[in-house]
Amino acid sequence: MGNEAIAMGAIAAGVGLVCGYPGTPSTEVLETVAKHRPEDCYVEWSINEKTAMEVAAGAAYAGTRVLVTMKQMGLNVASDPLMCVEYVGVKGGMVVLVADDPGPISSQTEQDTRTFARFSKVPCFDPSTAQEAYDMVQEAFELSEKYGTPVFVRPTTRVSHGYADIEVKDPEEYTKHTPEGFIKDTKKWVIFPRASFLNHQRIEKRNQELTKELSASPFNRIEPESESTVGCGFGIACGGISYTYAMEARKELGDVKLLKVGTPFPFPEELALDFLEGLDQVLCIEELDPVIERELTYICNKYGMNVWIRGKVEGYTPNAGENTVDSVKKVMARFLGKDLKTPVAPQLPPLPVRPPVLCAGCPHRASFYAVKKAMAGKKTLYCGDIGCYTLGNAMPLDMVDTCLCMGAGLGIAQGVFHTEPDTNCFAFVGDSTFFASAIPSVINGLFNQADFTLVVLDNSTTAMTGHQPHPGTGRTMMGKTVPAVSIEGVLKGVGLTCVETVDPLDHEAAVACVKRVAAEKGVKAIIFRSPCIAVSKPSGKCAVDADACIGCRTCIDEIGCPALFFADDRAVIDEAQCTGCGLCSQICPVCAIAPAGKEARHE
Amino acid sequence: MNKNIILCGVGGQGTVLASRLISAAAMKEGLPVQSAETIGMAQRGGSVFSHIRIGEGVNTPMIGLGQADLVLGFELGETVRQLPYLKEGGKVIAADRAVMPVTASLAGGYDPSVMKEYLTANVPDLTIVEVEEAFKELGSSKVLNLLLLGSALHTGSLGLSKQSVLSAIQENVPPKFLDLNLKAVQFYK
Ligand SMILES: Cc1ncc(C[n+]2csc(CCOP(=O)(O)OP(=O)(O)O)c2C)c(N)n1
Ligand code: SF4
Repeated sequence: MGNEAIAMGAIAAGVGLVCGYPGTPSTEVLETVAKHRPEDCYVEWSINEKTAMEVAAGAAYAGTRVLVTMKQMGLNVASDPLMCVEYVGVKGGMVVLVADDPGPISSQTEQDTRTFARFSKVPCFDPSTAQEAYDMVQEAFELSEKYGTPVFVRPTTRVSHGYADIEVKDPEEYTKHTPEGFIKDTKKWVIFPRASFLNHQRIEKRNQELTKELSASPFNRIEPESESTVGCGFGIACGGISYTYAMEARKELGDVKLLKVGTPFPFPEELALDFLEGLDQVLCIEELDPVIERELTYICNKYGMNVWIRGKVEGYTPNAGENTVDSVKKVMARFLGKDLKTPVAPQLPPLPVRPPVLCAGCPHRASFYAVKKAMAGKKTLYCGDIGCYTLGNAMPLDMVDTCLCMGAGLGIAQGVFHTEPDTNCFAFVGDSTFFASAIPSVINGLFNQADFTLVVLDNSTTAMTGHQPHPGTGRTMMGKTVPAVSIEGVLKGVGLTCVETVDPLDHEAAVACVKRVAAEKGVKAIIFRSPCIAVSKPSGKCAVDADACIGCRTCIDEIGCPALFFADDRAVIDEAQCTGCGLCSQICPVCAIAPAGKEARHE
Repeated sequence: MNKNIILCGVGGQGTVLASRLISAAAMKEGLPVQSAETIGMAQRGGSVFSHIRIGEGVNTPMIGLGQADLVLGFELGETVRQLPYLKEGGKVIAADRAVMPVTASLAGGYDPSVMKEYLTANVPDLTIVEVEEAFKELGSSKVLNLLLLGSALHTGSLGLSKQSVLSAIQENVPPKFLDLNLKAVQFYK
């Protein structure tokens, strides 16, 4: 996997500290390092990306080679320390691995870390393949140390989650790196306006020089044209996964001259000049922002070259979403004026839509359902947040009115309260999200006299991103069991007086708890505690007594469990999916569903 | 040898493991492999697919429309969804299984027999795999992925040897499930 290649590349480069916060498609990088961890390498899941960046900075100040990992949204959280570290500089090599997600497939936005690189002035590598990712990470450490700057490595989903056989180094060939330790020097390590002015000048000069140096990098290159296309005046410029699509298309459309950009910032300007020489038109093929396109346009202007740079800006290629093998082939054919043999698309019958849903047995379903029942008929607002529980938005639960970014639900609930104080505002937040970014907003609400109910959905894991531990689980990535941080303790500690914990799978108790807590004034909290099915053992299977079932569909229409369906006018439970959570057995009006290991309660 | 294989199904059905096993088996035979998988949100019951490309001269792990030699379908509706990728004369192996999306349950469900009829009418080289029997006999419904892999192996449509697939399983499946998985992959003889 591309992410595994990045991890192995970092290990080969002698990385001594790896930290980050999970986020698709970046997560497997840190997990792989932890799995193959060399003795002298420290690994942690940090509480969020900002803290991870700061932990990494500290270690890099002390001369350790560090890798910090996150998804593109995570970079927003980490940007405050990163922008400053770029000015202050590092001693040990610092690679910031940020995975972008064109599509987007599992993200809230389609932001482009290459654009962030230009904004933050941090050099950026953009791998096209797993092999290149492996090689680039090692090169990124070298560059980082040579210039004392953090360096981005920015794969996209298809590179991060693509597999390929790659050449790796033998452990004897790994770089050995012994950190020197932190050397006190306030002029260097304390950021001040005057020093920042000088550092700014230094950084701009360095990046200008890098446009030359990187022109010679093997990651930036010109794929030569074949005899049949020499002098045709057309060229293709691309990077990332789109490079592999373009190379595939060249097999069919002819080997036009092609510029592959592996370091979108600083841009390999001299190489680009070579490429542009003799061309009339260039088609830029890239996902997300028109980064290569703007750079080439700028270079043409700077050197007075008359080459038409085409791509997203004029709407020739799409400005949102993923590229595919086929979309790239199509646009290249159009650009080159060639006909394509396109396969006739079969006329498919109507297919079921299949949005993602909460698993059968997911405790979040029971939590949402309890709140829904308890608050029926009242004026309510349900602020959701980021995690598996975002899926509580789907019918029939329909319990997520807003969702923005991690931890935002608490602030949104407060804002709505200040506008319409008669609304019962709820903010749902997962346990990992609680630790990552909800705590300051709890304190904000308390201090500023807001009135809302915080609902912590504590499923003992960071489920959405693949079940990572967090402070509430008491397990670290170094394999240690440590005292878990108590969510109740945090809430009571900051001054909440109404904090109740309840098992959402006990429906009656859960509804009663919600009614009690919602009636209180100020900021109050409910903690729904029940583990995600992926980190607990199933308690058996529920079963419908077909003779007792009256076919009323209550279970199906109320909770939307994927293990429940309707056949021959009766509810049926799919055994492969059922975990025996028993929620359906508690809501059947005629008690026709037997909870795991028990008889149905009907008469 | 050059082979393009697509695996498809519903998140949670085990397509990811099956795809990794095929890649591992190909590597054992010294063949270059590239593949790509759906990981993330869709793993919670959404549509998922894996692309696997085996052989020399491959630039990208993604398979283009009309380029797949084999579609291995874990679910009938999802199998049909991937047909635009099948090349003329390509093979489809599909589990005789439908997973109802919750939305369909609410709206009355979709009809799997329509999908089966469509496949039968439009794919000359089609194998539909009856899995219920196997689930009963093996005492587990969690081996769909290995059953399909076994069927592909058995019909010779992977282009890989049984030996390399078996040793890929031995190396990649946790010991606890090894026995069950080995039985499942050899269920169709
Ligand atoms: C800033 C940022 N970092 C990381 C992510 C990736 N991410 C999505 S959901 C999630 C955490 C979910 O865990 P939790 O809150 O415990 O909810 P669960 O999925 O377990 O229900 C993370 C880290 C993100 N979307 N934004
Ligand atoms: S993975 Fe866990 S938290 Fe996520 S939907 Fe499934 S049961 Fe719920």
